[in-house]
Amino acid sequence: MNWRAARNALTLIVALIVLWQLIYSVVGEIAMRSPLATLHYTLHLLGSATFWPHLSETARAFAAALAIAIALGLAIGFWLGFHRLSGEVMEPMLVALYSIPKITLYPLVLLAFGLGMPAKIAFGALHGIVPIAIFTINALRNIKPIFIKIARAHNLRTAETLRVILFPAAIPEIFSGIRVGFSLTLIGTILGEMFAAQRGLGYLLMNAIGLHNVDVIMAVTLLLVVFAASVSSILLWADRRLHYRA
Amino acid sequence: MTRIVLYRLLVIAALVLLLELLCAAGVIDRITMPPPHTILRDLFAMLASGSLNAAIGKTLGNAATALVLALAAGVTCAVAIHNYPALRETLEPLFATYYAIPVFAFYPLLIIVLGLGDAPQILIGFMLGVVAVIVNTLNGLDRVPAVLRKAAHIHGMGATATAFFVTLPCAAPYVLTGARLAVAYCLIGIIGAEFIMSRGGMGYEISFAYTNFDNATMYPLIVLVLFVSMAVNAALSRWEKTLLARRRA
Repeated sequence: MNWRAARNALTLIVALIVLWQLIYSVVGEIAMRSPLATLHYTLHLLGSATFWPHLSETARAFAAALAIAIALGLAIGFWLGFHRLSGEVMEPMLVALYSIPKITLYPLVLLAFGLGMPAKIAFGALHGIVPIAIFTINALRNIKPIFIKIARAHNLRTAETLRVILFPAAIPEIFSGIRVGFSLTLIGTILGEMFAAQRGLGYLLMNAIGLHNVDVIMAVTLLLVVFAASVSSILLWADRRLHYRA
Repeated sequence: MTRIVLYRLLVIAALVLLLELLCAAGVIDRITMPPPHTILRDLFAMLASGSLNAAIGKTLGNAATALVLALAAGVTCAVAIHNYPALRETLEPLFATYYAIPVFAFYPLLIIVLGLGDAPQILIGFMLGVVAVIVNTLNGLDRVPAVLRKAAHIHGMGATATAFFVTLPCAAPYVLTGARLAVAYCLIGIIGAEFIMSRGGMGYEISFAYTNFDNATMYPLIVLVLFVSMAVNAALSRWEKTLLARRRA
């Protein structure tokens, strides 16, 4: 099974690179670079000293945003998943919040947090909180009632019930939520940097658009896609293992 | 049920009231955000004067185009992929990681290739929406009972006829889930793209108003975008529930 998954992934990657080369041969040098040239420039970029501050800025913003998204998402999810009435009242509002283009809220975030790091973090977290909360609510609702009865029969306190019973039972689905939250937080952070920042990968991308620097656009896009796809694949693998175990 | 709806309205009213109070007390100053009643008044004034109708029409029109394309291509692809398990197995990792990829990162490339017209924005909306349609349609097709396919086969129906008259109607609620997600994604794609770089549309007007501190335009537009996406979402999820209920009956 495992080598089959690897073979599938490999076929897909090769197919995508072939597609890229084909599009390149149609569009030409004005808009794109070939896969090989992009790889070459990416390596060059990774070797240059000016690139690393941008990368570390984005990494820090993303890490903080993800931490906040997970903490707040879990808190909201546990509250709404536990308290039935609040859950029923609030859940459709969360779903509506999930479906709005959060990009329109960007000016609000900027006005509230000012230019710079806090705004990026807030914008990233804004994207991640809702899916994590929604998945957590569903995870808690799907816990078999018998588990809770057992906790009651053993006279467990709320904190103990949470730690020993509810959390382990809900963890596979919560993890799925965190997986989705991870991707959205990354997108949010990058978008945040694209509109208003002086550093970071999003800023590099936006700047390169302004300067029509195709090399940088291609290289940064490649880096983002490779990073997002590989982390997401690892999370997906862990996710499936967790679900399998449960 | 009605009690819950009442509570929900109360929560929303309380939030609006809180904002109103914070604005009145000066905790949120007027440069940051005008009080909700002013936003609503500006929204009505804006809609009545029709000054931004062109932008609103452009954005919603583009979103609709992207949605129709995503639905047509998504359902077609899903039906095709469903018939070839090997192809599906290969594409599965792409679908699973697709939404982790920042699609907006491709927008600059699309602008260079297609020019700064409507096409790159529609394409971004389409790219975001189509995979949700494919994944959900596949999910629905998986749940079509084998007996229905056999019945179609016995009646000598071809692949297209089977898809149109048997499997797709049966999978309709799931396709609709995909459509609901696609609506959200298309709006996000179009408005986001307009925000980044464009020559018109609601996203453009919001970012233009933002850079000019024009809160009387910016906040009403933001509220309008929120209303539109919530209304479409609510309407589709209602339809989805009726379809599911009819199937169970």
